[in-house]
Amino acid sequence: MKILMLGWELPPHNSGGLGVACLNLSKSLAKMGADIDFVVPYKSDHHFDYMNVLSATTINPKYIYGRVTAYESKNIEKKLVLEEDTCKSFSIRDMQHDYCEFIERYLMHYKPDIVHAHDWLTYEAGILAKKNYGIPLVAHVHATEFDRGGANGGSPLIHQIEYQGLLWADKIIAVSQATKDIIVERYGIPADKIDVAYNGFTTPSDDYHYDGSSYQYLESLKSKGYTVVSTVGRFTLQKGLFHLMRAAARAISLHPKFVFLFAGDGEQKDELMRMSAELGISQNVIFTGFIRGKQLRDIYSISDIFVMSSVSEPFGLTALEAAHHGNALIITKQSGVGEVLSSIVRYDFWDEDKLAGALVNIAESPALESTLQDGIRHEYTRISWDDVAEKCMQVYDEVEKHKRNRF
Amino acid sequence: MRSIVLYMHMHQPYRVKNYNIFSVGHDHDYWTEKDWYSGTNNKRIFEKVAKKSYIPMLAKLGKCLEEYPKFRFSLSLTGDFVEQAQAWAPEVIEALQKLVATGRVEIAAETYYHSLAFFYDREEFEAQVEKHREMVRELFGVTPAVFRNTELAYNNDLAKWCDEHGYKGVIAEGWDKVLEGRTPNAIYRPEDCKYTKLLCKNYHLSDDIAFRFADKTWSEWPLTADKYLSWLEKDANEGPIINLFMDFETFGENIWEDTGIFDFFEEVVRKWCAEDNRDFMTLSEACDGFVPAGTVSMPWTVTWADEARDLSAWLGNSMQHEAMKNLYDLREDVLATKDKALIADWRRLSTSDHPYYMSTKYLNDGSVHGYFSPYDSPFDAFLYYMNVLRDIRERVEEHQTLKSEE
Repeated sequence: MKILMLGWELPPHNSGGLGVACLNLSKSLAKMGADIDFVVPYKSDHHFDYMNVLSATTINPKYIYGRVTAYESKNIEKKLVLEEDTCKSFSIRDMQHDYCEFIERYLMHYKPDIVHAHDWLTYEAGILAKKNYGIPLVAHVHATEFDRGGANGGSPLIHQIEYQGLLWADKIIAVSQATKDIIVERYGIPADKIDVAYNGFTTPSDDYHYDGSSYQYLESLKSKGYTVVSTVGRFTLQKGLFHLMRAAARAISLHPKFVFLFAGDGEQKDELMRMSAELGISQNVIFTGFIRGKQLRDIYSISDIFVMSSVSEPFGLTALEAAHHGNALIITKQSGVGEVLSSIVRYDFWDEDKLAGALVNIAESPALESTLQDGIRHEYTRISWDDVAEKCMQVYDEVEKHKRNRF
Repeated sequence: MRSIVLYMHMHQPYRVKNYNIFSVGHDHDYWTEKDWYSGTNNKRIFEKVAKKSYIPMLAKLGKCLEEYPKFRFSLSLTGDFVEQAQAWAPEVIEALQKLVATGRVEIAAETYYHSLAFFYDREEFEAQVEKHREMVRELFGVTPAVFRNTELAYNNDLAKWCDEHGYKGVIAEGWDKVLEGRTPNAIYRPEDCKYTKLLCKNYHLSDDIAFRFADKTWSEWPLTADKYLSWLEKDANEGPIINLFMDFETFGENIWEDTGIFDFFEEVVRKWCAEDNRDFMTLSEACDGFVPAGTVSMPWTVTWADEARDLSAWLGNSMQHEAMKNLYDLREDVLATKDKALIADWRRLSTSDHPYYMSTKYLNDGSVHGYFSPYDSPFDAFLYYMNVLRDIRERVEEHQTLKSEE
């Protein structure tokens, strides 16, 4: 089966979970016999033996990620990608335009069985394939604009593109029930058109081991009885970090030996730093900046507790990464990943008191901490990418059967 | 003569409300949930169970006592149950008093707070049993003579304790490991006991009603009174008694009225009583009526719960152990305050339902028969419970400071 996969990023050129999910899903699909052409919006330097990666543009990826991310809702028309070598600049809309043109050229030569489009960034290209070439479209929703936009409501243009993509799609795959609910309730899409496929988790096979060298200051705090709490992600409204910061202050007021690691970067960074000072806890809060690879895994390794404070999180892969490194998890009820885990503390994103209470109780109760940590160890590996791929295969078959019946 | 020994257990815990850590130090009411629809709203739950189970079933039992002279049965009721009934459904207490006044309804002894104190603190255990005995005397004018421990948790030590404290009987699950192939339909003598006798639950016939009556996937569904009576007859060949032990809430709450459970019950009673050589006995009558058929030894603890029939649902994980240890560690200090309200609050925390809500036994196998709990997760149950213990500790410290200032 020939699959044209429409993506926006692949590691290491990624700003978050979307690229990781696309890569792992493709890998498992290929194992099941799918023949995949994966399109990225930049000049690819990827080499995978299980799929072809095609470049829709000649933009150097190093100018895209870390500055304009796949998730930023604002400024999609602004020319934020500046290629220093060529002095050319692009907006997200420019890149999408080029991306569509590339797909058009591609479809003049090839005829895939399925087009599988990941998030709104690629939906226009997906619609094009469906509309002009009759290729069945599967829309995969990793996040909706309602998640990204938070209380601001998001960008009307993105909503429109997202809505069109979901309408045109033969079938929709949502990464959690929470996401499916948003699609049904906010976009009015019939529930039976949407399947839920939770993201999987692949245990990293590399030889990473924690050597304690990266964060010696934190190690020394831990030896003095401090509990290390971390959160990882973009500092945007969606992540609910103001609530986390206030809960941190509440927790510290009862149990002073806490240190909070905010790993990531984003528009709320300055505000968060100011807030920690105003709350009088800047001594207990550390901002690591945007980190990846070993540094990120060292953060997970040194942490005792991982908090996912999101106001709206379609899935939340970082929680599984933290679980893999033995953290106790505290996750909002508004995060999709919480739907598939049992050994976690769940709270409503606004419930700062419950979060603070959970933090203090875990810090002060070895039994609670170890029950959470041991429990999650048995759970997170159960969610495998092969299961997700199998689900996708079922969806593909359904879509194809439907298409055959129609003609 | 063959006799049914029917015994039903009445209990409702005081569930801890969603008590957050910032309530510690100023909110000492752990039991009153403001949200009416919350799973921890004790008043709402009690009123619901009273309406669905206690009131109609007590009426049915009263009717049976009136119409069938051979009918009699036994009950156990915890202090938590009685206090809630007095507050929210006093007609339940009145109905119970009327039934006990017939002289054909026995009340068993147990811990007032439905606790597992026997396994933690013998002094506390005895204090709770004494408090329960006083309550039963005061409300019903009778003195319990047969002992049932919380969750029917039983072992040789418990039997020995009953023997030393003058109980003519003690009851336990008729689990195969206890009986080693012998029938539960007889009276036994616990090892090393001179006076106390042992009554074992016939779990097949009890659970046919309590667990399976409404189960449409059960091959014997629907269970008619005649079919059930034929099973009783079969068991009657094995020994003189049939011990049917179950939760009172089986009738109307666990199994709803529309399944026909109330009519089924009465039909079984009526038809059983209609036969010559068939009657009912209370727990004490069964103990008095028979010579032990043999000796039973049970070095480890069995309960009436789960496949495993052990204490693992209450004391299976480290959170449960830690919570209980923290609770019992406070005992001396709490009692020293002589503050009645504080002591009562502390004792309510010994109710076995609290650690049960913290069980993680079925968390990881994705099982659907997950534990019955008013909380979102065992971790929430633990959080709220530990927060309450913090407040108890603060109240104790307040007393200690006052004392040292005097």
